[in-house]
Amino acid sequence: MKFDIIARVSVKMFLPFILLFGLYIQFHGDYGPGGGFQAGVIIASAIIIYALVFGLFPVHQIVPLRYLRLMMSAGVLIYLSTGILTMILGGNYLEYSVLAHDQIHGQEWGIFFVETGVLITVTGTMTGIFYAFVGRGR
Amino acid sequence: MIVSHLPVLQVVVPLLAALIVAVVRSGTVSWMVTFLVSSAMPFIAFALLFQLLSSGPFTYEIGGWVAPFGIEYRVDFFTCFMLIIVSFICVVAVPYARLSIASEVSPGNQPFFYSLYLLFITGLFGIIMTGDAFNAFVFMEISSLSSYGMIAMGRDRNALVAAYQYLIIGTIGASFYVIAVGLLYIMTGTLNLVDISERLRDVESMRPVLAAFVFLFVGLGVKFALFPLHLWLPNAYAYAPCFSAAILSGTATKVSGYLLVIFIFRVFGVSFEYVTAPVISVFFFLAVLGIIIASVAAVFQDNVKRVLAYSSVAQVGYMMLGIYLANLSGLTGAIVHFFNHALIKSALFLAVGSVFYRLGDVHLRNLSGIGKQMPLTMAAFVLASVSLIGLPGTAGFVSKWYLAQGALERGMWPLVILLVFSSVIAVIYMGRILEVAYFGEPSSSSVNVREAPASMLVPLWVLALSSIYFGFDTRFSVGMASKVAETLLMGSG
Repeated sequence: MKFDIIARVSVKMFLPFILLFGLYIQFHGDYGPGGGFQAGVIIASAIIIYALVFGLFPVHQIVPLRYLRLMMSAGVLIYLSTGILTMILGGNYLEYSVLAHDQIHGQEWGIFFVETGVLITVTGTMTGIFYAFVGRGR
Repeated sequence: MIVSHLPVLQVVVPLLAALIVAVVRSGTVSWMVTFLVSSAMPFIAFALLFQLLSSGPFTYEIGGWVAPFGIEYRVDFFTCFMLIIVSFICVVAVPYARLSIASEVSPGNQPFFYSLYLLFITGLFGIIMTGDAFNAFVFMEISSLSSYGMIAMGRDRNALVAAYQYLIIGTIGASFYVIAVGLLYIMTGTLNLVDISERLRDVESMRPVLAAFVFLFVGLGVKFALFPLHLWLPNAYAYAPCFSAAILSGTATKVSGYLLVIFIFRVFGVSFEYVTAPVISVFFFLAVLGIIIASVAAVFQDNVKRVLAYSSVAQVGYMMLGIYLANLSGLTGAIVHFFNHALIKSALFLAVGSVFYRLGDVHLRNLSGIGKQMPLTMAAFVLASVSLIGLPGTAGFVSKWYLAQGALERGMWPLVILLVFSSVIAVIYMGRILEVAYFGEPSSSSVNVREAPASMLVPLWVLALSSIYFGFDTRFSVGMASKVAETLLMGSG
């Protein structure tokens, strides 16, 4: 599809909107349907559609495999460190209430951090699964 | 301050380490991190035990949410006992892993292997610690998925098939467990184990609860490798890296057994008579058939790892027998066998792993004369086999003694004959290996083999000696197990 001008141009046009929609799902997750997992899948789908149209080589230059390894770990690490932070601040593990001056803000911050972690891990893992399918072994 | 967070640290620390190890490139560095973290685990487990002894059972509320609404971690004697089993096996076996894994797993995959291993023990600690039925499922998936990976990294290509088999069967087992939890949730409206058991008393319709029990029994039976559901186990143990086989045989099945015991006695315990009466005779038949058929199957295996794997299935039969007997001695026997069998079988697999490290193969025909080439390894193997057979003065004997006592208290003396009979079969299948190893002439492949390195011998000997030691000094093992059995039976009485 590398030489199909319509596909190339429309994918390039849509990419920012896909990413923006992913972020919308991410931040809207506090109040409505959505959240880190769904947003992660949408953002990974942006990477995947880019790979489908432009080929694996350019996408590997943008998102190399070693970044994915880091992303998969870093996301869970953000989740865990939120829990450890709440323990340091004097609450139980993952007790978000202690993160801010009052409970409600604390819960909001906690969910925000945790969902960011989920977003990063899911994006990394989904892209990783795609790479594993289309790659030619190691 | 940190003391109050110990229950959650037991789970969080290995998880944190798993993430760090996953991004490390070097096998040695990842092994060092794994070693450090694994050696911290028994300290946390013992600190929890001391806290328990001074203040009685306590809970930890995750996220500060109170128990039936949030997830709580419960610390009682059973929890501590299982934590000590798992963390002890881990800390002893990890020094062994460095050379063994270096020889069996490609350098690029070693950090992944250690990462999976740490995730695996995270899952096990989580299952043991949690007081929430669904949380237990999540941790079960963490430990199972990582164990599939640990099996698939074996050098033999069949390891992939074995891991895939286990993946399919294990996933079916896990989904059965979820179905059971779902049914219980519909009937009681709660996921907290203590809360479920309290609310089951008021449930009018027992049929869904019975269905839940059957699903739970089959689902956990798969992970426990109970007799007709054990088919994944021989291949998985035979083709996995030897270190994985040792860890899996020592811990994974025991923890599933732990969850089964918790559900039978603590959750269904109150309504034990109504719910489990139709199913309870199935326990008996599966236990007896498992002991006989798996022991006999072990006699006809060529691969030493498969002999040990089938023997594991038979040992699971012993534990099931103790659960069936459901009196103080019988249940003590089952629970103390969690501990003793973990020591014995891990020691045996480590010994076989040492032979594999030097020889590259553990088929019976290639082992002739190995006892002369690797005297220390095989001597430890002999000690552990004697304990597995259950000669008096070994850990294996202690478990069988309590099981026999439990059977006699129920007036089921034929079971004692069964125990003796299966021990005789154990003499045959372990004897076959020892005969070849000691009385055969070294073959062309084994004549140049040297003794295993010290980093492998020390863990092996620690486990082999402790499988003898806990046959003489039963204060810790039997003391804890009988206390656990007592509290479990009180719940069902």
